[in-house]
Amino acid sequence: MKLKSLLIGAASTFAIAGVAMADSTITVVSWGGAYTKSQVEAYHKPWMAATGNTIISEDYNGGLAEIKSQVEAGNVTWDIVDVELSDAIRGCDEGLLEEIDPAILPPAPDGTPASEDFISLAIHDCAVANIVWSTVYAYDGDTYTAFNRPRSIADFFDTAAFPGKRGIRKSPKAILEMALVADGVLPADVYEVLEEEEGVDRAFAMLDTIKDDVVWWEAGAQPPQLLADGEVVMTTAYNGRIFNAMASEGKPFEIVWDAQVFDVDLWAIPKGAPNKEAAMDFLAFSTATEQLAAQASWISYGPARLSSSALVGSYHSNPDLKMGPHMPTAPGNFISAIANGFEFWADNQDELNERFNAWLAN
Amino acid sequence: MSAAPIIAADGTPLKRKLEQAMRVSRLRAFGLVAPLLAFILAVLIIPIIIFMAQGVYDPTYSDRMPESTAALMEWDGTSEPTEDMAAAMVRDLIAAREAKTIGKVATRVNREYSGARSAFTKSARRAARMDAPFLEALHSTDKDWKDIEMWRSIRVAATSITPAYYLASLDYKFEGDGSVRLQDENRRIHVRLFLRTLEISLVVTIGCFLLGYPVAWLLANLPARKANLLLILVLLPFWTSILVRTTAWIAMLQGQGVVNDLAVFVGITADDARFSMIYNKLGTVIAMVHILLPFMILPLYSVMKTIPPSYLRAAKSLGATNWTAFWRVYFPNTVPGIGAGALLVFILAIGYYITPALVGGQDGQMISNFIDFHMRKSLNWSLAAAMGGVLLIFVLFLYWIYDRVVGIDKMKLG
Repeated sequence: MKLKSLLIGAASTFAIAGVAMADSTITVVSWGGAYTKSQVEAYHKPWMAATGNTIISEDYNGGLAEIKSQVEAGNVTWDIVDVELSDAIRGCDEGLLEEIDPAILPPAPDGTPASEDFISLAIHDCAVANIVWSTVYAYDGDTYTAFNRPRSIADFFDTAAFPGKRGIRKSPKAILEMALVADGVLPADVYEVLEEEEGVDRAFAMLDTIKDDVVWWEAGAQPPQLLADGEVVMTTAYNGRIFNAMASEGKPFEIVWDAQVFDVDLWAIPKGAPNKEAAMDFLAFSTATEQLAAQASWISYGPARLSSSALVGSYHSNPDLKMGPHMPTAPGNFISAIANGFEFWADNQDELNERFNAWLAN
Repeated sequence: MSAAPIIAADGTPLKRKLEQAMRVSRLRAFGLVAPLLAFILAVLIIPIIIFMAQGVYDPTYSDRMPESTAALMEWDGTSEPTEDMAAAMVRDLIAAREAKTIGKVATRVNREYSGARSAFTKSARRAARMDAPFLEALHSTDKDWKDIEMWRSIRVAATSITPAYYLASLDYKFEGDGSVRLQDENRRIHVRLFLRTLEISLVVTIGCFLLGYPVAWLLANLPARKANLLLILVLLPFWTSILVRTTAWIAMLQGQGVVNDLAVFVGITADDARFSMIYNKLGTVIAMVHILLPFMILPLYSVMKTIPPSYLRAAKSLGATNWTAFWRVYFPNTVPGIGAGALLVFILAIGYYITPALVGGQDGQMISNFIDFHMRKSLNWSLAAAMGGVLLIFVLFLYWIYDRVVGIDKMKLG
């Protein structure tokens, strides 16, 4: 069951204020929870105030399936969607997404053109990145003493030293990479090793060691809940969700950044979107320097523009909580980071998904 | 001896007159059901046929890459790929890149050969600048083109009417040279899933029967006021959303849930050794039994209601013990209700989706969860269609068995 949330209510005050020029209503689809909240605060509200348009916000759990079925049925209801990199590229190749002219992206405040201001990987034929996010693992700080707590990815796989259930996303992505690093592979060599059959065997053998202790999750909002409920002692998660539970709910969670797998999220517009023009305008508006920096005060995902980094300050409700050290790209967190191999996954996801499912079911 | 035909008042033979009258009433009857028939045809039968056809007919490749399809069909699948094949491939790649269909083609081939995706997209980008000999040009673009397996896989993808998906849904692999072999051991999953689906459905049916039979008996034999109250207790959950009932079971059975807390409190188990009753097969079975229970109770109840209490009294007055009276007289009369309830529960269980998705964890997943996976995540709709087809055939087969063993006309829903 997909959760749909309509956030019109929160936004309607702005819409009414600008009703004279209000002409379109666009449907913006994202991943829900704290992440959508950060987008509503940093993108939706200012855009609605500036243009008088209205936004309907919907949630989904990623993947191209809904976009594909809407486009193929000729009944597109989504105007702009927050997608993962591998889906953006695949969707573009399959003709499911509108092409985006990079010329619509505004330059940085100091005049640097957008093409140089965005980080590499950020601008694609059919998608423009807004954030850098990361898959990490986290644990509840109250569970462990200061001297004996998980520090490396190897500890995640060490049930002898750290007994208890582990939460893992029900997908081979990221966890195969982490398993190999835990088994001694250098983060830089991970995809080279996975290209070979033996490498995949090795990753699955590592997963075998904890298979009986795993709770599988699917939606990004689940892992903080699993940790809070004590269902697991540690779990893989999207770093922003864990940060949000720490910052806004005061949970004593700790993130282990070793072997984090980082990726970008991008805006993409489904082919034949009903309000394409307004969606393009929203895309350009929301990926401007100021908006990206504003989002970073709501959730610890790194902005996709270099010029935004300098503007990143502290958490919106707590001036003492500096956002910088919580970003995936902070120097101390980035030492053993793995860049998500989207080419590798585009090529191998069918086979690896099949193998992962068979492994799970056995 | 032949009698003269009986003549109606207007002079036509009575037999023909009767036929006319019957035809009118038949037409009228058909006219009454026609809207429903058209509705079912349009929204159920035809879509099912179209969807099932997707499992054997996949023109993704052949429609978009016609020249290489023709060249591959002439190839025997075992000799080295020829320059002609490579030239046709390059021409198709150029056309597909211009038409922006290369992504669909690459995705299709990648399902047969991991890595084909990047080989296709990379080669398509450079195809316009390639010169003869094309085979070498392809080889230097991506090493996968040197692998004869890759060409065989393209041949499989290029076959538009193909048994590949149905074979894949039974863990067999269709090879480029026309042979069929068992899937690699670590990728076999479907047969195991079908068996597990069967096992869970069977356990759920038996569970529903064991729990439902006494309840139905009570319902049928209590005084009306108490029976009505009990009936409402059966129907109330029946009217509650499946989602609500499933998530309620999560709250009940999870590690820190009500049942475990109680077990720890009473001292059945230690605090650090709580039972795992959810996110596994057990959780799926418990939640499904609860949700499907009314489908067993209601047909049983309606059948039991029609059995006169005098039967049991008669049996006892003729000297039968309580058990004999029940087993030889009462029980045989309830068999049509058992048949209806069991078939209903079993067929609903076999296609069950939401409950295993929510509480199934890793070993409580059923075949429909994987159909969903291929519909929504991997976007391999043809494989999903084939798996759905196998499931449908299987259910029809069960129905046929049931008809042979019990007789479908004996089924009573009330």
